[in-house]
Amino acid sequence: MIELNALTKRYGSFTAVDGLSLTVPRGELFGFLGPNGAGKTTSLRMIAGILRPTAGAVRIGGVDVVKDPTAAKAKLGFIPDRPFIYEKLTGIEFLRFVAGLYEQSGPAVEHRSRELLSLFDLEEWRDELVESYSHGMRQKLIISSAFVHRPEVIVVDEPMVGLDPKAARILKDLFREYVNRGNTIMMSTHALEVAESMCDRIGIVQGGKLRALGTMDELRASAATGTEGLETIFLRLTGENAARELVEVLNA
Amino acid sequence: MPDAVAARAGDELPNPALLHLLGPKWLTARARAMSGERGRGARFTLLAFLGFLFWAFIFGMLYRMLGYFRNATDIGALLAGKLLGLMLVSFMSILLLSNIITALSSFFLARDLDMLVAAPVDWLRLYGAKLLETLVHSSWMVVLLAVPMFSAYGVAYHGGWGYPLIVLATLVPFLIIPTVIGSALTLLLVNIFPARRTRDILSLIAVLAAAGLVLLFRVLRPERLARPEGFRSLMDFIVLLNGPTSPMLPSEWVQQAVMGWLRGPNDLLPFYLLWSTAAASIVLGALLHRALYARGYTKAQESAQTFARDGMMRRVIGALLTPFGVRRRELVLKELRLFFRDTTQWSQLILLAVLIVVYVFNIKYLPLTGEGLTFFIVNIVPFLNLVLAGFVLASIAARFIFPGVSLEGRTFWLLRSSPLSMHDLLWSKFWVGTLPLLALALLIVGSTNYLLKTSEFIMWVSLFSIVLLTFAIAGMAIGFGTLYPQFETENAAQIPTSFGGLLFMMASVAVIGGTIILEARPVYSFLSARIYNTETSAAEMWFGFGMAAALCVAATIIPIRVALHRLETIERG
Repeated sequence: MIELNALTKRYGSFTAVDGLSLTVPRGELFGFLGPNGAGKTTSLRMIAGILRPTAGAVRIGGVDVVKDPTAAKAKLGFIPDRPFIYEKLTGIEFLRFVAGLYEQSGPAVEHRSRELLSLFDLEEWRDELVESYSHGMRQKLIISSAFVHRPEVIVVDEPMVGLDPKAARILKDLFREYVNRGNTIMMSTHALEVAESMCDRIGIVQGGKLRALGTMDELRASAATGTEGLETIFLRLTGENAARELVEVLNA
Repeated sequence: MPDAVAARAGDELPNPALLHLLGPKWLTARARAMSGERGRGARFTLLAFLGFLFWAFIFGMLYRMLGYFRNATDIGALLAGKLLGLMLVSFMSILLLSNIITALSSFFLARDLDMLVAAPVDWLRLYGAKLLETLVHSSWMVVLLAVPMFSAYGVAYHGGWGYPLIVLATLVPFLIIPTVIGSALTLLLVNIFPARRTRDILSLIAVLAAAGLVLLFRVLRPERLARPEGFRSLMDFIVLLNGPTSPMLPSEWVQQAVMGWLRGPNDLLPFYLLWSTAAASIVLGALLHRALYARGYTKAQESAQTFARDGMMRRVIGALLTPFGVRRRELVLKELRLFFRDTTQWSQLILLAVLIVVYVFNIKYLPLTGEGLTFFIVNIVPFLNLVLAGFVLASIAARFIFPGVSLEGRTFWLLRSSPLSMHDLLWSKFWVGTLPLLALALLIVGSTNYLLKTSEFIMWVSLFSIVLLTFAIAGMAIGFGTLYPQFETENAAQIPTSFGGLLFMMASVAVIGGTIILEARPVYSFLSARIYNTETSAAEMWFGFGMAAALCVAATIIPIRVALHRLETIERG
C-alpha cells in the first residue's frame, strides 16, 4: 500500500507538488496522469525516497519513507523514466547487484533472474555488457531489476517508453498478474489508452495538485463526458485544447 | 499549398553558418560563467590566486634562468633558443596526444552529433566547428602554460610592444597544426576500429607514451648535467647545442621566429612556414574528413567487446567478502568490475607503476654516501621522504578515490530507491580505495627505507606514519569527493581537476605537513640522543606521535562523517 499525506515539494518559490494526498491500496494498479511538468515524476521520486519532501509524508506498506527509509525501501521497486545503468556490468550481473542491494543472493535470485531475462527475451544477452544494449533492452533490464527482489510495491515512471509491442504486452500481463497477487503498482504514463485499459483507478495531477481521482466511470462522471474515452476526460480536466490551434501553428 | 511552404520551396537549401553551429557551446560557457551559484566568487578568487602563483613561479624561474644565459655572451642566446625549442617540442607532443583523444570525443562520441549529422549542415562547416571545438578543448592548458613562458622571454630580452603580436602570430598556427593532424589520425583510427575500441586503444597509447617519456627522461639522469664534473669540455657542450635540430617541426619555426625577433636577425621564413603549413593541413584535413567521416561516424556507433564473465573474481573475492554481508559484497564486486573493465581506468595503473619505479629509482641514486654526510642526515632524509610519499598517495587518491561518489551520479536513482544506506556506499568506496593504497604506501616507504638503509626506529616511524596518512588521505578523498561531486562528468580523469579536487590536494598537503611537523620533534630528539648518547623523553615521544595519530584519525573520520551527512541530503531530480 502507498499512502501520500499532504505531500509537498518546493524548489525555492516554485511548488512542484502541492499537498498531494492519496492512498493506493494493496492489489491495485494505479495510473498517475498529468501534462508535462505537472509534478508526476517529482511525486514518484519522493515516493521512491530519491527526493525528500518539503512537507507531508509518504508511507510504503505502512512505513514512513523519511523516518525509516531502509525498511520502506525494502518493500519497493522503482523503474525511472530516464534510467542509467552501469555500462560495464552484464545484464545478469546487474540483476545480481540489484538483488544484493536488498540483501538477496543465492540460487533463488539466480533462478528469478534467469526467468525474468527469459521473459523479456534477454536470456541470450545475459553475459553481454549493458553498453551494447539498445534503449528498449535497457528498459527491459530495468523492469526486470524492479521485480528481481520481489517487492510489495512498484513505482514506475513511463514504463512503455522504448518497448516493442511484444514486450509492452508482456509488461501489461506481468503488471496485472502482479497486482492480482495482492501487490501494488503506481504508474505514471502519457499513453492514455494504456492507462485506460490497465489501471484500476486513475489520478490526474496538474500544477502539482490532484485534479481528479477515481475509476474510469467516476472520472467520466466528474468530467461530464458521457461515454467518452480517457483522452477527452484528460483534456477537459487539464484544460488542454491543443487541437484548436493546430492549423494556425502549421501555417505560422 | 500554403504560402509558407511554397515560398520555402524556391529558396536555396538551408546551410547554417559555422558560428551558428558553435552557438550552443558559447551559450553554455556563458551560462556557466554567469551562473549565480553559491560560493562561486570565492572559488574563482582562490583559483585565480593559485593560477597567478603558478604563473609567477614559472615566470620567475625562467626569467632567472634567462638572466644567467644573457650573461654568457657566447652561448647565452644559443642556450635560450635551445631551451625554448625544447619546451615547444614538449608542448607539441602534448598537443598532438591531447588532440587525438579530444577529437575522438568531439567528432565521434559527443552527444550533439546525432542532431548535427541529421541536420542539413554542410560537411565543411561541421568539420570547421568540430575542429575549433577540438582546438579549444585540447589547447587551453598549453596556452595557459605558454603565457608565463613567452612573457619571461619577452621581458628578459626586451621584446617591446610588437612582441605579443609576434607570439600570437606564431602560436595560432602552432596550435592549429597538431589539432588538424590529431583529428586526421583519429579519423583514420575510427575507420579501422570501432570508436569505443579506439578510445581504449588511445588511452592505452597515451598512457604508454607518457610512461615511456617519464622513464626515458629519468633513466637519462639529467641531474648529471648540473654537476661540473659531468662536462668533459666546453666544446662538447657547444657541439651539443649546435647539434642537429628539427627543421621540419613547427616548434622549431616558432622558436626561430620568436628568437629572431628578440635577438635578430628578423626572418619571415618561419612565419611563412607556420601559416602555409597550417593552411595546407586544414585543406588536407578537410578533404580527408569529406572522404572518411561518414563511414567513420557509422563505425563509431558500433560497440567494442561486450561479452564478460568473471567466474574467478566472483568466486574468490565473493567468498572473501561473504562475512561482510550480501550488500557490501555486491557493492565491492561492482566497484572492481567497473574499474577493471574500463580501459581508461585500469590503463592508468601502468603510468602509476612507472611513476613508482621512477620514485624508487630516484631514492636509489640519492647521493647519501660520502664525506660530510652524518648519521643525522642519512636518517632525516627518509623521514622527509614521507612528505613526498604522502604527496604521491594523495595524487593517486585524487585520481582513483576522489571521483568515486561522482561516478555514481547517474545511477543515484537506483542506490537511493533501494534500502542501501549511504553509510554502506561510502564504506565500500572507502575500503575498495584504501586497501590498495595502503599496500602501495607500505611498498613505497618500505622499499625506499630499505634502499636508504635507515635505522630500525626510522623504519617503524615511517611505516606508522604512512599507514595513518593513507587512511587520512583516503578519508579526505571520499569526503571532498562527496562534498564537491561532479555528477555530470562522464570522464573520471577530469573529476580531480575540479575545484573540489584542488581543495582535496590542499587539505592533503596540510595534513601531511602537520603530521610531519608533529613528529619532527620526537624524531629529532631520538636522533640527537643516538648521536650524543643522551636520554630520550618518553613524554615527548607520546605527545608528538599521539598528536600526529590524532590528526590523522580526525582527518579520516571527520570528512567521511560530513560526506555521509551530505550524501543523505543530496537530491538529484
